[in-house]
Amino acid sequence: MLVGGEAGAGISRSGFLFAKACLRGGLSVFGANDYQSLIRGGHNFYTVTVCDKSVYSHTNNIDLLIALNKETILLHKDELVAGAGIIYDGDEVTVTKEELGRDDLELYNVPMRKIVKDLEGPSIMENTVALGAAIALLEYNLKLMNGVLKDTFNPKITKQNIEATKQGYDYIRNQYDVNTFGYKLKETDAAVKNRIFLTGNEAIGLGALNAGCKFYAAYPMTPATSILHFLAPLDREFNMIVIQTESEIAAINMVAGASFAGARSMTATSGGGFCLMSEALGMIGITETSPVIVLVQRPGPSTGLPTYTSQGDLRFAIHASQGEFPRVVIAPGDVNESYYLTLDAFNLAEKFQIPVIIISDKYLAESHQTTEQFDQNKIKIDRGNLITTNQYKDKEEYKRHLLTPNGISPRIIPGTKGAIVRTNADEHNELGFTTENPALSITMADKRFKKLEILIKELENYETVKLHGPKEADNTLIGWGSTKGPILEAMKILNQEEPKINYLQILYLNPFPAGKIQEILQSAKKTIIVENNKTSQLTSLIREHLLIDVTLKILKYDGRPFNPESLIQNIKELL
Amino acid sequence: MVTLEDLKTPKTNTWCPGCGNFGILMAFKKALLELGIERENAILVSGIGCHGKMVNYVNINGFHGIHGRVLPLAAGIKLVNPKLTVVGFAGDSDQYNEGWGHFAHAIRQNIDMTLIVHDNMVLGLTTGQATSTSQQGFKTKSTPFGVIPPMLNPIVHALVSDGSFVARGFSGDMFHLKSLVVEAIQHRGFAFIDVLQPCVTFNYLNTYDWYRQRVYKLEEETHDVTNKKKALEKAFEWGDRIPIGIFYNKERPIYRDSLPHLKNIELTKLSLENFDVTSALKEMK
Repeated sequence: MLVGGEAGAGISRSGFLFAKACLRGGLSVFGANDYQSLIRGGHNFYTVTVCDKSVYSHTNNIDLLIALNKETILLHKDELVAGAGIIYDGDEVTVTKEELGRDDLELYNVPMRKIVKDLEGPSIMENTVALGAAIALLEYNLKLMNGVLKDTFNPKITKQNIEATKQGYDYIRNQYDVNTFGYKLKETDAAVKNRIFLTGNEAIGLGALNAGCKFYAAYPMTPATSILHFLAPLDREFNMIVIQTESEIAAINMVAGASFAGARSMTATSGGGFCLMSEALGMIGITETSPVIVLVQRPGPSTGLPTYTSQGDLRFAIHASQGEFPRVVIAPGDVNESYYLTLDAFNLAEKFQIPVIIISDKYLAESHQTTEQFDQNKIKIDRGNLITTNQYKDKEEYKRHLLTPNGISPRIIPGTKGAIVRTNADEHNELGFTTENPALSITMADKRFKKLEILIKELENYETVKLHGPKEADNTLIGWGSTKGPILEAMKILNQEEPKINYLQILYLNPFPAGKIQEILQSAKKTIIVENNKTSQLTSLIREHLLIDVTLKILKYDGRPFNPESLIQNIKELL
Repeated sequence: MVTLEDLKTPKTNTWCPGCGNFGILMAFKKALLELGIERENAILVSGIGCHGKMVNYVNINGFHGIHGRVLPLAAGIKLVNPKLTVVGFAGDSDQYNEGWGHFAHAIRQNIDMTLIVHDNMVLGLTTGQATSTSQQGFKTKSTPFGVIPPMLNPIVHALVSDGSFVARGFSGDMFHLKSLVVEAIQHRGFAFIDVLQPCVTFNYLNTYDWYRQRVYKLEEETHDVTNKKKALEKAFEWGDRIPIGIFYNKERPIYRDSLPHLKNIELTKLSLENFDVTSALKEMK
């Protein structure tokens, strides 16, 4: 189902409410939000993709369109499947099948404005009338919708909205034969399961809470802002500090300070903000502090397409800042991975005393997905070599950058009796004092890179790559990040007759899990990279680390995520 | 009890002989002694420039950060651990040029820490270019025909940003400066001291003599430090007479006062495990 209209008409809200009603009926839901960088006007839409089995992405095959203006119909008419329905308000919008050149559609004229007017409700309630109408056509359970409304709005507004859905629902049942619309929704047994419906950003926020993040500093930037929105109201309950800073530069320096002081800390931004953070990223590298940095990509260069999606910052995340220092770059592909990889991010950051970058994108960050509740038993906090005594009693003076066989120096919380904790963005000795000595400079650089060696070893035990689908297949798709959803959907369909495709998802982009990838690619016959960017940065990484050229690529850089239908077309062309 | 000897480090000092930094270094050390702050309970955060080497010369906790970012770095440390005495040291270019974007905000936030700016009115470590506090007409390698815009007035900016403690010191008067540092550290809130500091190598204009002929102490005249209007008037004074001392000192709630759940808790002392996130899932069901 797709609901569309002008910004300010409550588009994403109504889509979200409908999606939650589906969730509560035990259905699997994917909710994707497409909006422009403006507050009023323009064209916004929210796609709700529902299935009784798992659904991994949105689809561009629309069965039901809720059009709050004419533009919505004109823009999406080609995405409507045969037999699709359009709910619209005939008092506001005139539309005919002839005009659309489609005689395979069903038009459902619902006087939304009039109903809202009679109810003396605000015009934004028109979409609630439409939701009632949609539920009637889908022969779904209106009570589930009303339950969602009740849990969302205050009693007065809830009452109005419940009346609005009822009127929309009744209007369809009285004026139309619901059998004219072929697509129906049925509740499933999974309704009893305690599933949740959340975005990638919220999953990262939850991950941070469960990882014991105590300090979050950020400057608003789409599409990273919703992490700030998620954490800000929770800071009191979770004994943390959430602070909106004057800039991304302030944010990253603050989290560096917080991390040095001994608190788990995190910041998030998009490409532009990450540019501003680059200098401090190097400082974090050389001072061996350990904040987590979330980079939620949107298309660049520069401001680019501020509310859309991209995977154009992969190389940037891997290389940002001057000089050389180890770092981890992790790319979750769905909400589940967003949560669990955030837990890993905090552990790796502290254990190896390096910056960890979680790279996500708008599509993953702002799309809602159903998932089982996260398994709290999987949470393991590993702070690495951290001295937690109240007093440091070692005979030797405490050295923040002590040379050790594996490069990791024991950390201690500043303020601990008997220990002076000093670090330095200049090259430094073990005590943190500035040095310009050439031999010591080599020693300290080597020290930092020793950590990389054991990090790579440690990551062998992590699921740094995943192979989805059949173990052996004639064709292997390769991707990272949010392309996972559309790829899984496409694969589901393409493999229906015979399992000819599998999909290699790379979760850790740096250090690059070359060994594991090589193993898989060795048995692969035809390989195709799927990426949301222009230059296929993953291709260059594979070439760099494995000396393998992947020549087949499906690249999309219009700011929109892949959808399974067009991806299937693209794949078929290459097979 | 800490002694001056304890605060010594093995690092050889590389400031020019006679550098104004020495007065600031000694004033800070003596302030620490006077306040009886244990070495592990204080942290020195510095930026980039000659001043940045402070971290090498005082044996307390330290973080030598990057250019211009002393304030957010120090703020992160202080917010996490309110029990640490956090003192940021910045240079004029470090704070008033590169780090200017943080200045007003740190002051507004009123996080309980101290900022001491080594203001020598020139860029020293980069071998002598103009800075934002260089006087109009000041000729340097980068401004061979003289500085064009008027000098930046950090005291005025601090006052209009609602600074709760705003002072100016002179590194040529170490004992007076020490007393300012003591008061700044004791101040509950963000304390700011701009320190007039001769650069004996690159600032041929604002020398020890130049300052000595001009500076006078606010406390030696009748100056009410709780009167912001009067403070502003004094802050605009620059020329034949240059006031040093405390311009304004009036406590107001600090940032952490508005975080009632934390009060004075060190975030580092909280357990990281067994968080029940059920309440955070409410909207997701």
